[in-house]
Amino acid sequence: MSTKDEKNSLLEKRSSRRKFLKNSGLTVGGLIAGGALGSLLGDNESTKTEVQSTPQKTFENPNVALMYFTPEQYRITEAATERIFPKDHNGPGAKELLVAYYIDHQLAGGWGTGTKEYTSGPFYPGEPTQGYQGCLNRQQIFEIGLKAIQDLSLKTYENPFEKLSEEEQDAILTEFAEGKVELVGMKSDYFFGVLRSATLEGAYADPLYGGNAGMEGWKMKNFPGHQTSFLNIIEKEFTKIEPQALNSQHSH
Amino acid sequence: MAKKLPKTDVVIIGVGWAGGIIASELTKKGLKVVGLERGKDRKTEDYFMAHDELRYAIRHEMMQDLSKETITFRNNEKMRALPMRQYGSFLLGVGVGGAGTHWNGQNFRFLPYDFEMRSKTIERYGEDKIPADMTIQDWGITYDEIEPYYDQYEKMAGISGEDNPLGGPRSNPFPTGPMKKTQAMQLFDKATKNMGLHPYVQPSANLSENYTNPDGISRVACQYCGFCERFGCEYGSKADPLVTVIPVAKQTGNFEVRPHSEVRRILKDGDKVTGVVYVDMNTGEEFEQPADVVVLTGYVFTNVRLLLLSGIGRPYDPATGTGVIGKNYAYQIRKGRATGFFDEQKFNNFAGAGGLGMIVDDYNGDNFDHTDLDFIHGGMIILGQTGLRPIANNQIPSGTPTWGKEFKEASLKYTNAALTVSGEGASMAYKQHFLDLDPVYKDSFGDPLVRITFDFEEQDRKLTEFLADKCEAILKEMGADHIDTSRELGPYNVAEYQSTHNTGGVIMGADPETSAVNSYLQMWDVDNLFVVGASAFPQNAGYNPTGTVGALSYRAAEGIIKFFENNGGQLVEAKKDKQHV
Repeated sequence: MSTKDEKNSLLEKRSSRRKFLKNSGLTVGGLIAGGALGSLLGDNESTKTEVQSTPQKTFENPNVALMYFTPEQYRITEAATERIFPKDHNGPGAKELLVAYYIDHQLAGGWGTGTKEYTSGPFYPGEPTQGYQGCLNRQQIFEIGLKAIQDLSLKTYENPFEKLSEEEQDAILTEFAEGKVELVGMKSDYFFGVLRSATLEGAYADPLYGGNAGMEGWKMKNFPGHQTSFLNIIEKEFTKIEPQALNSQHSH
Repeated sequence: MAKKLPKTDVVIIGVGWAGGIIASELTKKGLKVVGLERGKDRKTEDYFMAHDELRYAIRHEMMQDLSKETITFRNNEKMRALPMRQYGSFLLGVGVGGAGTHWNGQNFRFLPYDFEMRSKTIERYGEDKIPADMTIQDWGITYDEIEPYYDQYEKMAGISGEDNPLGGPRSNPFPTGPMKKTQAMQLFDKATKNMGLHPYVQPSANLSENYTNPDGISRVACQYCGFCERFGCEYGSKADPLVTVIPVAKQTGNFEVRPHSEVRRILKDGDKVTGVVYVDMNTGEEFEQPADVVVLTGYVFTNVRLLLLSGIGRPYDPATGTGVIGKNYAYQIRKGRATGFFDEQKFNNFAGAGGLGMIVDDYNGDNFDHTDLDFIHGGMIILGQTGLRPIANNQIPSGTPTWGKEFKEASLKYTNAALTVSGEGASMAYKQHFLDLDPVYKDSFGDPLVRITFDFEEQDRKLTEFLADKCEAILKEMGADHIDTSRELGPYNVAEYQSTHNTGGVIMGADPETSAVNSYLQMWDVDNLFVVGASAFPQNAGYNPTGTVGALSYRAAEGIIKFFENNGGQLVEAKKDKQHV
């Protein structure tokens, strides 16, 4: 299957989810119901028309589902990562690269719970030269951080984060990046740093992890992914090489 | 109660470069050796599908599990030491092959000056050149004395390279020729020659051509795939104990490696050690392994920690400067560097090899006059081409936002159009930089963690500025359109990756008062205990340490064989060091 087909299939999968939700008449309770459902349905999605013109295929990407996030956490993450790594003339942003799914999947595993990190107390704030000294793991960091993004959005703009304009979203994220938002157990710039790193990981990690959809992150960066040898170009001028992912090593 | 096993001739704690080299040399002579390794066993085939930046480089697949054991850190004695909860400044290797599996393969000989740094500095500049709190020492071995062991190590590993015009004399040429020169390296070569400097291709353990070593081990040439440091090599091209010395030791039938075996104590009786106690991490069972000789070949922190936990040697006391275990902890000064951004030219930055690069040593060691400078030593200057992977490498000119539209634009534009020239500064020892046991934080067994007390000093700041300016000048000559120079050292930050070049704590020397081991890496206090690794460096040089660790390991192996031939005793006569009164 060509990369283009694969990408279309991913979008198509999401499109059928939207159709399902629309047709099923699903409603969401609570104050921000309209906003929540609207976002889930992907209002203003530029891909919509493209998707509709794609013929039906049976391929599905089983990775496009949530292991850890609540739907709301997912929506905030998708919107925030898109501002960190936006779609532009170079190519897709975090949203199309499926970065939020990548982060969701990572949070569900050892990275989310910090299994290989030293988590014994006692805990003290420490000096900046002593690294992270909090007792929160990344699941907790995202839970607290994402809620704070939503709370600040509702307080400032009376709308959920994912419904804000790009400028408004940037203003909210800037508050976090500059450490100006009060959070429990960590500084907001620490949370933003984790979110930013995770975004870049989702854009550029091997597609096996659920992000870097269609290797589009690598293509933008002219990174050839997994190759067995560069012996023939190592002395030469810059050479563009079509990327290859780790699944190329497995027989299909 | 530990189950007592049959006695062996030699037990080795930690099966990396030092352990592997010593095992191969001893077993060839017919000695029975048991290697205890706390991590898992590994083989080249494990890396056939390992070009995975996230798993290996970002999530540290090959590194020690910090949840079980880490270190604590403070900048000075007034600060409360806190645990390194996540990886940052350096990476701790684990598993058979040790850090020798995940290293880059940048392979050097230290300069003749390095081994006699204190004497030679005083000889040329006078006593006053060395600040009162700087505790640099001579190694108790000279370059000429260690040269044959460098030669032996380089032939085993098949080190690729060309002569360093400013390095120490070699008894033999490099076993294999230099690595290939990339466009960026060619640019550096030309620019530094124009400036009257002395460039050479970095000595590399990545293997420039197919090679068969004196042990009969054949390995194939490097493919420049760009996945070296933090990865295992799927070709076996990168010299690694697993594809060199360990199979040689195993082939003798005299070497048994026990993975998942965590040593908790070295057992001492009077002035001798009798063996070790270790835990099988798969079953939780405790064993005593008796041995005639114990060889401690863990990483720096493991070596110091096991000695302190076992009550062996005199712990260092920073108040008085007496004692030796934990003394002279040093590191590497890496912040003096510059990145050049090119608007017209692009490079194959994604390709490379861990040990690929061009070096100048004009500002290393005492290769330049320090009379009018307020620091000693220096560092190599390198343009390396290790292969830039996309998650970790997002080089943007200063002033560019670190996220959003402009960030994305710049990071994509310069990903293959930015080159970094960096200094690798030597790190001097100071009275106030040391390792001891943390009074609060424990490992998973309940034993104290090692505590690091370390900071950068004025010497390091001056050196950083000096090297940064040199790097900037080279990039200017290379034709970079925009250069960002890193001149500010700041305090030492354990959360920021710098290098896995931690040294000292069980240092070598000529005088038992001021050193823990003699020039055979034999403990002064305990004749049948050898402690081998960068823990023996009295201070660190302006180069990567592995080549010197390899040479010292061959030296130690020779000493252990002599020890058996002599039926024990000290191998070196202690000298009263004139350096310290």
